[in-house]
Amino acid sequence: MNAQLAAAFAVLPNYLSQHVLLSLSAIALGAVVSLPLAIWAARRPTLRWPLLAGTSLVQTIPALALLALFYPLLLAISGLTQELVGATTPALGFLPALLALALYAMLPIVRATISAISGIDAAIIEAADAVGMTSSQRLWRVELPLAAPSIVGGLRTAMVWTIGAATLATPVGQASLGNYIFSGLQTENWVFVLFGCAASVVVALLADQLLALVEAGAAKRDWKRAIAGAGGFALAVVATLAPAASVAPSAYVIGAKNFSEQFILADLMTLRLRAAGHSAEKREGLGSAVVFRALAANDIDAYVDYSGTLWTNLMHRTDNPPRERMLAELSDWLKKSSGVVMLGALGFENNFALAMKRERASELGIATIADLARAAPQLTFGTDLEFQSRPEWRSLRDAYDLRFREIISYNPTFMYRALDDGQVDVITAFSSDGRILAQNLVTLDDPKNAFPHYDAIVLIAPKRANDEKLRAALRPLVGAIGLERMRRANLEVDRDADKLTPRAAAEELGKETGLLK
Amino acid sequence: MIELQRVSVAYADGGRPAVREASLSISAGDFVALVGPSGSGKTSLLKTINRLIEPSGGTIRVEDRDVADFAAHELRRRIGYVFQGVGLFPHMSVRENIAITPSLLGWDREKIAARVDDVFDLIALPRDYLDRAPSALSGGERQRVAVARALAAEPRIVIMDEPFGALDPVTRDALGRAYRALHERMGLTTVMVTHDVQEAALLADRIVALRDGCIVADDTPRAMLSGAHPEVSDMFETPRRQAAAIADLAR
Ligand SMILES: Nc1ncnc2c1ncn2[C@@H]1O[C@H](COP(=O)(O)OP(=O)(O)OP(=O)(O)O)[C@@H](O)[C@H]1O
Ligand SMILES: [Mg+2]
Repeated sequence: MNAQLAAAFAVLPNYLSQHVLLSLSAIALGAVVSLPLAIWAARRPTLRWPLLAGTSLVQTIPALALLALFYPLLLAISGLTQELVGATTPALGFLPALLALALYAMLPIVRATISAISGIDAAIIEAADAVGMTSSQRLWRVELPLAAPSIVGGLRTAMVWTIGAATLATPVGQASLGNYIFSGLQTENWVFVLFGCAASVVVALLADQLLALVEAGAAKRDWKRAIAGAGGFALAVVATLAPAASVAPSAYVIGAKNFSEQFILADLMTLRLRAAGHSAEKREGLGSAVVFRALAANDIDAYVDYSGTLWTNLMHRTDNPPRERMLAELSDWLKKSSGVVMLGALGFENNFALAMKRERASELGIATIADLARAAPQLTFGTDLEFQSRPEWRSLRDAYDLRFREIISYNPTFMYRALDDGQVDVITAFSSDGRILAQNLVTLDDPKNAFPHYDAIVLIAPKRANDEKLRAALRPLVGAIGLERMRRANLEVDRDADKLTPRAAAEELGKETGLLK
Repeated sequence: MIELQRVSVAYADGGRPAVREASLSISAGDFVALVGPSGSGKTSLLKTINRLIEPSGGTIRVEDRDVADFAAHELRRRIGYVFQGVGLFPHMSVRENIAITPSLLGWDREKIAARVDDVFDLIALPRDYLDRAPSALSGGERQRVAVARALAAEPRIVIMDEPFGALDPVTRDALGRAYRALHERMGLTTVMVTHDVQEAALLADRIVALRDGCIVADDTPRAMLSGAHPEVSDMFETPRRQAAAIADLAR
């Protein structure tokens, strides 16, 4: 528990400053766009409805989806600029997060501004005209000062929303306090999840209270109070941003999808790069679909993927060649289609597999899926929630003519428990899952090759294809990590007691395999 | 100085116009009172002079120029205006309210400060009121500040809409006479809307009576009170009868 907390605090300055920088930039951008639009709309009622409707519509898109949608959009723009001016724009990380959150921040600002300005007493507006103000003098001297408290109120609402929503920037590769939450959820590290939530709540409350001071000051024309609020706000911002300003951008960025094995391997690669004297950082929790495109677009420099995933999802292949041939074809295809380099396979596969308790399997004399097919009519099969809708299940069932007495689906944690209790006899599993080790399970051989191979492979971005420093740092990983060892590392992170952080597990894995000193 | 020719005001298309073809010629130095029952179009007519309302017909000339040829804000800076509803800016102090038009005209700081002092003296309020917010003033005090604000930029024309409506009779009388003296001294041209024909008769050189948007009489107070205009006798009958009744009581 204390080690977890210490690990959480160790990365706090970085996550916090990234979070604050992102939220603040998004609010600033949102305000810069919203205020003129809202002021314009306040004066032209015909514009009011479209603007309010548009910003409300944005608000109804779940923030996570909005963030994710900006990635392909920016990727397309990046392709366009590449064609037009020969330079790409970043599609991952800060930019998509900034744009999505800025859009998200618009509604409260627009709404507050429009209602504050159009709510000003008509007699006061007439008086402004009567004393001879031009329309811009009326805006600056009368309308904005009178609307200021409400506008600050709108900014406050936007601030609280944005600080909360910024935790969702993690999957598009922008570090934030959400990194605690996303990685914590994946590794069932509740200390991290709670820590991330609490930190973001504290930041939001603090920002809200300081802006409340500004708002009250503006409303009462008590400028001391307003300045105290603004000053406190600025001070808090500077304090949290200081770490970000002092960190130079890293030479290398290593990507990771959103599960424990990926976190551990990304940490291992980052540590190796650092050991070789290069600066490196992780972008973790990237969506499975996002991460490859990020690599192809050079937004990240390297990550680990699985051969079968790329084979089916990118190459759209349905055949199932032997392991070596699949790797060779995949490597050629990657090189040709996107310039991505496959450095090599790590030495273990993270396949779909069927797993049984060791004693039960030997009691029934089952070592392969073909053996299982014979006993299946007496057995109960436990799956995770999505397995039965996957193409892998259909090809498996058809290849072996599997007919179980009963099939029950569970969430993964309960599926393993059900196997342990004897409620089910066989389950679906990922072959590198640590629980296979912990519960002394066996995975059944697949003599008919119904499941494709999912070799863990190191991929390198096109622009790093000839980067010897990167290749030299990562090449020793090829063939160095066996299935048993990977399972153990995964287990260390996933187990309920004595949990390690992915980084600690990576250090241990590195030391034992000689990859780290 | 101010020329209205067949001016009409219609708020809604096709609705009954609030002012119908009103013509009026006001020379420099005139003090004109605009009287008439509530809803007769006094405010509507007055606001066409500084273009707070655009007339639906007719022309208005101020200082021998068609008002449509002025940029609206320039026209308005030359004409002091006192609202029926006071219209002080709630987010500015009394001082800032009074200084607004001079500051829009780009006067320098000292000149504005001196001018604010001058016009503030006219309205007979304690000096520490200058730094108060309008919300901290009584209705009558606010009206006086509004008069000071209208005078601040040294306009040659002042148009006032019920400027003394919220004052007690004693203050009203004193302020009315103080204003009249100022009108003389500064050579102003004044148009004042009032419900109170007695006040109109005592302050103005000329009374213009409106009814249902039409000018029905336009003459000196003396002629009005002597019954030369039977169409407005009802308006002037009441104050005369009241004055006689008061005189009876005092006997
Ligand atoms: N903004 C407006 N929209 C529509 N009608 C209006 C508007 N302002 C005034 N009117 C109408 O125009 C007519 C004249 O109004 P105006 O304000 O000029 O009267 P007034 O003589 O100043 O009355 P009072 O003595 O009560 O101030 C009234 O019938 C009134 O209802
Ligand atoms: Mg009126």
